[in-house]
Amino acid sequence: MEEKVFQIIAEQLGIDVGEVSLEKNLMDDLGADSLDMVDLVMAFEDQFGVKISDQDLSKIKTVKDVVEAIKQRS
Amino acid sequence: MRNSSKNRICDLLNIQYPILMGGMSWAGTPKLAAAVSNAGGLGIIGAGAMRAEHLKAAIDQIRALTDKPFGVNVILVSPSADELVDLVIQEHVPVVTFGAGNPSKYIERLKEADIKVIPVVASDNMARMMERIGADAVIAEGMESGGHIGEVTTLVLVNAVCRAVSIPVVAAGGIADGKAMAAMFALGAEGIQMGTRFIATKEADTHQNFKNLIVKSNIRDTVVTGATLGHPARVIETRFAKKVKELEVKSLQEAEEILVGSLRKAVVDGNIEEGSFMAGQCVGLIDEIKSVEDVIKDIINEFHSAVANVIQEANKL
Repeated sequence: MEEKVFQIIAEQLGIDVGEVSLEKNLMDDLGADSLDMVDLVMAFEDQFGVKISDQDLSKIKTVKDVVEAIKQRS
Repeated sequence: MRNSSKNRICDLLNIQYPILMGGMSWAGTPKLAAAVSNAGGLGIIGAGAMRAEHLKAAIDQIRALTDKPFGVNVILVSPSADELVDLVIQEHVPVVTFGAGNPSKYIERLKEADIKVIPVVASDNMARMMERIGADAVIAEGMESGGHIGEVTTLVLVNAVCRAVSIPVVAAGGIADGKAMAAMFALGAEGIQMGTRFIATKEADTHQNFKNLIVKSNIRDTVVTGATLGHPARVIETRFAKKVKELEVKSLQEAEEILVGSLRKAVVDGNIEEGSFMAGQCVGLIDEIKSVEDVIKDIINEFHSAVANVIQEANKL
């Protein structure tokens, strides 16, 4: 699952999948803006069949946060 | 079948025409907003950098000028956003539009107070998120618009947002006449929002220099400043705007410094040398300063004839 998350992040943000790691901050390190964050959440929802609420979104900072949010909900 | 059911934006906001005034700091005064509401649209006070006490005075003022519904635009990055929302609730303002961010933390309280919530969105997924948290409608604003902008054009954004959500969509960015309104309705929008067009009116308190610049400017006469500072804004390309662009390459700090207070200098003082004349690409479509009532009347007439033209063309295919 982690691998798939990395892939989605890389695709959405147009970066190399090698740049993505668990401790990276999506906005500060990987260059996502607030609209990218929403696009990412929607992509995760589609891919993993989970529901990530707007409040959850506001707590997601790092790639690890994403992985955990999906784990908790699947 | 005409008039068999009501336009959803008119129904939602209890207005005659689905035409909203854009949220404009400084330019969105109670007097202009009241004129738009009195002409059958939805006038909107631009709370911008106001504190709660300023907004309270503005709300008192608009209530003295109209008994029609009106709205307040709150910019979510404003340090006063919390107190502004509190005041909007306390004052039972009928409608609030939100710019620059995600208003989810306010939405529950606003809905409890029966205030209509309409966020501005710059992407289809953001629209989806807003629908999910309970927004009554969204304003899809393309990069043709004046002031702070997103990256997608109105033509593409409105189309995508209308596909993404089932709440009504208001189209904004580049719209100054009824033909553009018809185009947006063809994409699925059920209302339009205009800013620049309403600045170039007799009722606008905006400085005459600003109004003259709008009338004089062509479609290529706007430029985006502040992109490197993280807050891109479309402005009329004056010498000042060119200087900002130059500084953005040389010294971000200096660019940031000269931008402070520059919108006020444009709107209130008409200061060509130091003002940011925020306006959309539709400056090139605006040739005349009219009354607000004529703007709205003309748009509705143009809208009907544009639709008739399209039907005529469709019948040839």
